[in-house]
Amino acid sequence: MPKDGSVVRLDGQGKPLWLVLELTYRCPLKCPWCSNPVDYARDGEAELSTAEWKRVMREGRELGALQLGFTGGEPLLRDDLEELVADASALGYYTNLITSGVGLTENRLRALKAAGLNQIQLSLQSSDRELTDTLVGARAFDLKLKVAHQIKAQGFPMVLNVPVFRQNIGQVADILALAEDIGVDYLEFANIQYYNWAMVNRDELLPTREQIAAAEREVQAARERLGDRMTIYFVIPDYYEGRPKACMNGWGSIHLTIAPDGAAMPCQEARIIQGLDFPTVRDKSLAWLWNESPTFEKFRGDAWMSPTCRSCDEKEKDFGGCRCQAFLMTGDAANTDPACARSPHHHLIGEAIARAHAPGRKVQPLVMRNDGNSRRLARGGQGGCGSGTGCGSGTARMEPDHV
Amino acid sequence: MTDITAPSPPAAGERYVLNPMYLFRWEPTQDAHVLLYPEGIVKLNQTAGDIIARCDGRRTVADLVGELQQRYPGDDVRVAEGVYKFLEVFRAKGWIRRQA
Ligand SMILES: C[S@@+](CC[C@H](N)C(=O)[O-])C[C@H]1O[C@@H](n2cnc3c(N)ncnc32)[C@H](O)[C@@H]1O
Ligand code: SF4
Ligand code: SF4
Repeated sequence: MPKDGSVVRLDGQGKPLWLVLELTYRCPLKCPWCSNPVDYARDGEAELSTAEWKRVMREGRELGALQLGFTGGEPLLRDDLEELVADASALGYYTNLITSGVGLTENRLRALKAAGLNQIQLSLQSSDRELTDTLVGARAFDLKLKVAHQIKAQGFPMVLNVPVFRQNIGQVADILALAEDIGVDYLEFANIQYYNWAMVNRDELLPTREQIAAAEREVQAARERLGDRMTIYFVIPDYYEGRPKACMNGWGSIHLTIAPDGAAMPCQEARIIQGLDFPTVRDKSLAWLWNESPTFEKFRGDAWMSPTCRSCDEKEKDFGGCRCQAFLMTGDAANTDPACARSPHHHLIGEAIARAHAPGRKVQPLVMRNDGNSRRLARGGQGGCGSGTGCGSGTARMEPDHV
Repeated sequence: MTDITAPSPPAAGERYVLNPMYLFRWEPTQDAHVLLYPEGIVKLNQTAGDIIARCDGRRTVADLVGELQQRYPGDDVRVAEGVYKFLEVFRAKGWIRRQA
């Protein structure tokens, strides 16, 4: 009997272990931090058909994918969701549904259970009804709570995802109590990442260092109180870390995301990066997209790295951080992630924090994620804010969905 | 009721079950047993797979030790110690639970 090493680390060995399907960008909610592309509403290719998604799932399994996420937009808007889940289960995936809860009825829950769905991740934005409904631009709070209890009643393992920003960071204790009452298995406080809609609204959303520290203390106290009963994650915002996140475990390493139109991406934000080509599963096989597409090859290994990262002893751990953030803030995706204190662009992070909390700064209305704002931003031609310019400035006149 | 908080080490008469949150199965593309759960994948080595496959709520820890000693003949004491250690680690990780 071998002495030790109960667990073998899974590095993927070149396999796309995680396959994420963005079934649609349509969504009934209007979260102003949404990580979907700001230009999601521009005319483009049609969503993949049921048969096309099935082919993607089959080819994914052949490449060694194990985990499958159904997300969006709101995946429940696809009425073939149950059929896709059943197919995925038969193929041997662990199936995750990532949802706002809108559209999840008792009947659909039963059907999803019967189809073999393994777990549900529900997003909740606040412990307060008014604030939730205002932030997501719809009456959603009561519905989300009801759905949360139904999910548990049906016996699904459940992750409660709470995107964290200035407006809700003071509610950590209340949200913990809610989660305990529901009986969620994993509670994930995810400090939002500043791309896409969150980047547009960054000045209004970014919390202070003190707020984050206070929230973290609440989480620590809850961990001690709850022990094994609930696993609590607290995803620290890289803006305050001085270290970049090990984004996607490295570009093209274990993650493969398919956009609604079939474009293959190393992460859900990757289309932000200009100058990269994103062929779709309509043009190419998944094997080609993963193994041979120049886009996936581009930031694998370390040859592409700036000298700052290539000579750094941390590069095996964080892979130089996030390519999308490097592109958004410095204009070059191959630069060191500016969240890293060793980045020559690190001052951009400090400046963004200072701008968001400048005394006397005029509070702007949140730019809600909706079709009108999306088309307007698409015409403006930006997926975020280039070269550290203030984001709010370029997007001041938004309508009609203000908070 | 399953007790998931008790930190005491495993005892011979106890039974363990897989945490229902986890999916345990053989994965041909990894040539290994895997544990799948929300947001996670664990690839198990052969021994770990052998042990978890037997955490079925029916076998006692003593049964489990006996079966593994047969499967890995030689040093019975070391095998027994290994099983106890693994069970304790797996429980701490939340993969298995003690059946009350
Ligand atoms: C884009 S949503 C799609 C699925 C579904 N509409 C929902 O909200 O759960 C997927 C997950 O991303 C989270 N999210 C949205 N914007 C984010 C951001 N800027 N940073 C981090 N997480 C974000 C949501 O809370 C949700 O859990
Ligand atoms: S984060 Fe909000 S707006 Fe974006 S897809 Fe999810 S529910 Fe819709
Ligand atoms: S310099 Fe590059 S590799 Fe080194 S810590 Fe910063 S991002 Fe990571």
